Amino acid sequence: MFETMMNLDFEPFLISFKLAFYTTLILFIIAVPLSWYLSQTKSKMKPALEALTALPIVLPPTVIGFYILFTLSANSPIGAFFEQTFGIKLVFNFTSLVIASCFYSLPFMVQPLQAAIENMPKSFIEASYICGKNSFQTIIHVILPNIKPAVITAVVTTFAHTIGEFGVVLMVGGSIPGETKVASIAIYEFVEMLDYESAHIYSLLMISISFLVLFCVYYFNFKHKVKYD
Amino acid sequence: MINIDIKKMLHGSHGNMPLDINIHIKQGEFIALTGVSGSGKTTLLRIIAGLETINEGSIKVHKTTWVDTAKTKAYTPIQKRKIGYLFQDYALFPNMSVLKNLTFVKDDKKLAYKLLDMVNLRQLENRMPQSLSGGQKQRIALCRALMNQPQLLLLDEPLSALDLAMRKKLQEDIKRFHKEFSMTTIMVSHDPSEIYKLSSRVILLDQGNILKDGKAKDVLLKTSGSQKFSFEGELLEIYQADILNIAVVSISEQLVKVVLDSTQANELKVGDQVLISTKAFSPTIKKLKE
Repeated sequence: MFETMMNLDFEPFLISFKLAFYTTLILFIIAVPLSWYLSQTKSKMKPALEALTALPIVLPPTVIGFYILFTLSANSPIGAFFEQTFGIKLVFNFTSLVIASCFYSLPFMVQPLQAAIENMPKSFIEASYICGKNSFQTIIHVILPNIKPAVITAVVTTFAHTIGEFGVVLMVGGSIPGETKVASIAIYEFVEMLDYESAHIYSLLMISISFLVLFCVYYFNFKHKVKYD
Repeated sequence: MINIDIKKMLHGSHGNMPLDINIHIKQGEFIALTGVSGSGKTTLLRIIAGLETINEGSIKVHKTTWVDTAKTKAYTPIQKRKIGYLFQDYALFPNMSVLKNLTFVKDDKKLAYKLLDMVNLRQLENRMPQSLSGGQKQRIALCRALMNQPQLLLLDEPLSALDLAMRKKLQEDIKRFHKEFSMTTIMVSHDPSEIYKLSSRVILLDQGNILKDGKAKDVLLKTSGSQKFSFEGELLEIYQADILNIAVVSISEQLVKVVLDSTQANELKVGDQVLISTKAFSPTIKKLKE
């Protein structure tokens, strides 16, 4: 077992973490203004936008994967434009994985942030405006520091959810070693090849990391609640 | 000079009610807005601050137009109105220390310390808001409201959540600040003694309209004619003691007993709002020496 472990290729894990890091970073930048908008808007479009944001939770990953593949492939206008103009292929590489993951994990970032902003006393936001601050300054100095537990929950669950992806990653990325072969796909291939020993090592590692991450989030939120109660 | 002439449809618990206000406020006035719950006081204050929109009308402060529905581009955003606003729930930012809450408005430590000194709370400068008492929080919030040296200070029932002793202290603080900085102030309040002590003008709202506008004495004192005392109260009980009918009435926070004649005892019922008053004392007549 130990020998197998030493000889095992851990690159899929590295790719999983790299993918999760970029996805989380990009989603955070997109989700903060989006959740702010959703929490403040009185537009009739709000339910439609919320439904659209939540869609990845209910859809099978294959549906998202299929449409991303369809939209970004070299046969589509978008895919063709990027290939001809910048010489970049948008499918079956790491970039496509990041794009697909951003769609797939969007609700995990937006929903906790939006709920936390909506639960904040309205007077904090109003007081900040009266102090002469615009929306951006209010988000940075008042909103985000006061919804820390929600920010941590959003960031960590997005990260963990991206590590746990399978369907979308398989459809959009294929399984190119060193490029798009992530840990979850590696496990699937081990099982297919009846290499249960490696599958066990990968799976147990996956369980341990996931548990540790979630434990840290809940522990932080628990501590934070004790401090403010 | 502040000119307010606005209309807004309010959707309250008693159905729709139009808020229709037209007032002129002179520089340095201390105005108390009063009236029963739901009469539109807080909404009016929030409209002046820019926290609520209006359907029609305009607000002009000195030579600037804050809002004017007749001209589409005439609008001053909240951030540029230079107002101070004291919220009922204080609204101090929990992630900032007392001093940071003040310097967040304007990076002027000298002014922050001056204001903290005026309310005797400089020693709390590094404390976080959640470790302060209600009265301390509201006094810090008052200092924060003055950090941008506002031309207009708006107070939304600032003392309603505080006990009597703290309320008195804060009333003095507000009075002192008003004297020192002489900014125009509008305060929403239910407390007649607070209004009497602080304001130079009282506006009584009812159902979205101005019912009375004048000095505290004229608006709040309810005596009329030859009545010397008069108090409104709620009738709690009527009982018989020998041949007398006695009514127990709650006035403010005190209970008093009043003797009723039999007609009154039949007319009045428990729960009625009543007015207790005395007219001039009856003259007595006595025969002098023969």
